[in-house]
Amino acid sequence: MATDPRVLSPESVEEALGPARAEPARAETPAGFIAKIPLHLALIGLVVLWSIPTVALLVSSFRDPTAIASSGWWTALTEPGNFTLDNYRDVLDRRGMGDAFINSLVITVPSTLLVILVAAFAAYAFAWMDFPGRNALFLVVVAMLVVPLQITLIPVLRLYANMEVDWEVPLIGGRLFGTASFPAIWLAHAAYGLPFAVFLLRNFFGGLPRDLFESAYLDGASDLTVFTRIVLPLSAPAIAALAIFQFLWTWNDLLVALVFLADPEMYPMTVRISNLVSSFGTNYQVLTAAAFISMAVPLAIFFALQRYFVQGILAGSIKG
Amino acid sequence: MIGRRWWVPWLWLSPALALIAVYLVYPTIDTVRRSFMDANSSEWVGFDNYRFIIENPRPLVADTHQALLNNALWLVLFTVATVALGLVIAVLAGRVRYESFAKSAIFIPMAISFVAAGVIWRFMYEFNPDIGTINRVVTELGGERTAWLQNNQSPQSWFTDLGPQDAWGPFQLNNFSLITVAVWMWTGFAVVVLSAGLKGISTEVLEAARVDGANEWQIFWRIIIPIVSPTIAVVATTLVILTLKNFDLVWVMTGGRFGTDVVATQFYRQAFVVGDRGVGAAIAVVLLLMVVPIMLISLRRFQFQEETR
Repeated sequence: MATDPRVLSPESVEEALGPARAEPARAETPAGFIAKIPLHLALIGLVVLWSIPTVALLVSSFRDPTAIASSGWWTALTEPGNFTLDNYRDVLDRRGMGDAFINSLVITVPSTLLVILVAAFAAYAFAWMDFPGRNALFLVVVAMLVVPLQITLIPVLRLYANMEVDWEVPLIGGRLFGTASFPAIWLAHAAYGLPFAVFLLRNFFGGLPRDLFESAYLDGASDLTVFTRIVLPLSAPAIAALAIFQFLWTWNDLLVALVFLADPEMYPMTVRISNLVSSFGTNYQVLTAAAFISMAVPLAIFFALQRYFVQGILAGSIKG
Repeated sequence: MIGRRWWVPWLWLSPALALIAVYLVYPTIDTVRRSFMDANSSEWVGFDNYRFIIENPRPLVADTHQALLNNALWLVLFTVATVALGLVIAVLAGRVRYESFAKSAIFIPMAISFVAAGVIWRFMYEFNPDIGTINRVVTELGGERTAWLQNNQSPQSWFTDLGPQDAWGPFQLNNFSLITVAVWMWTGFAVVVLSAGLKGISTEVLEAARVDGANEWQIFWRIIIPIVSPTIAVVATTLVILTLKNFDLVWVMTGGRFGTDVVATQFYRQAFVVGDRGVGAAIAVVLLLMVVPIMLISLRRFQFQEETR
């Protein structure tokens, strides 16, 4: 695990993403180029191999249903022009993926904000406040990283069953709390993300220069001022990395939604697709388009914010 | 440090601690308690549930031995394959100008859900060679198509003319198919972390070795591997924890049928499908006990870094 806060510095990310320092790109002589041909072939071969499954899905999702069922996706590459958006129209209108997309957003965005807020408070206390049992308590929080999510489901479900609150709350869908409400799943996702979030932010906060805090405290700044004026602005890269991580993790979750959301109206895309898989096992015109809609947001985030994504990976490689 | 009232830190910590207590600590304790009780959690039964796991009395309903063996196969094969591929790709990519492009391509599967990956690979593994990419390649090469996710025969029958053979232990074709998908998803993670480690190797060391006549092979084994071995340990630890908790991929692709159950899917089946909460909880505790040693190693390393920071 990377606990060194320098890991999150822009330079280290530049290094992880950019060209290697250890192997400066030397001026390529013809002999050097020929010597490198096996290297290029091996690497490009691996890249192609890795991309084929995703490309196959993407190409197929734009093909006519009869074409998908009768010929391979690779035939579409040699005779292009027969692409259609019908699969997407069908999936969004008739299979409920449009609503599921909204549900995914309604589940993911508040959980992500909640994790960041709660974890930042705790991380500040762990990093810059003295209290008895601080290190032991922090270790307990980090230890929760390895608790397999599945084992918590039954006890939490039993708690929820005792806590159904039947008020209708129109804005957040269904009820205020319990297995047919969004707040219940927000809290669950936030709690499952907390050990990692506290771990990541505490390490980053702890790496901020001590002088900054001491002079602020001397000037009579309160904890809240230090937190909002110094800690949060300086920690933007770490918070961005955490936000992306938590967003993707919640967006991609199947299990928590499957167990905690009893109301089909509230299903996110992952649950919807996994139901489509059970009922339309080989109906690929439905499955490919549905899967690609669910991948669109993660892929957009990945391409737009790759730098922060990599930061999160490097800083949090303890997370299982 | 400023003087604070004693309860101020606890105020800042309380939302996080409350959530963790309710959603993680309490359920863990409750699961341990339940593992010593019967199917409805009404009576204490001592170690009966653990005996059930060891004796495996109902292999047709829930084969606990198969699940443990499959998990062991995942643990070794997935971890070794992902680290090895990650290292090879990181080293190769570090020597070309399109490094970030190559790494991004390998890394993309990390961003998508297990559900989407499940759809992608069902399509790849499709039985009909007119549609399924892998069966198409196999038949073009003169092999015979197969149902990659259902076939629980020994994989040797694919390389020899012996015909289908019963698999020994977890060495079933469909387990290898599933592990392939996991490797596809996680190699990008290994590449990113390992290349960050590789950047730490100074040019001087490599140049000095080349001047002394070392070939690339020797440089890889004698210099690069020893220097990045701590990074390899970090990656391997993460992957091992991941395999022990591995649930989603197996659940989405086979539902644990055809002999592909792992410990986490076995737990889910016992607890939610069979309805035996006692045995389910006992499996969960076994799972937890397997993760604890790895967690302790990670924590010790963390404490060491704290002291030296």
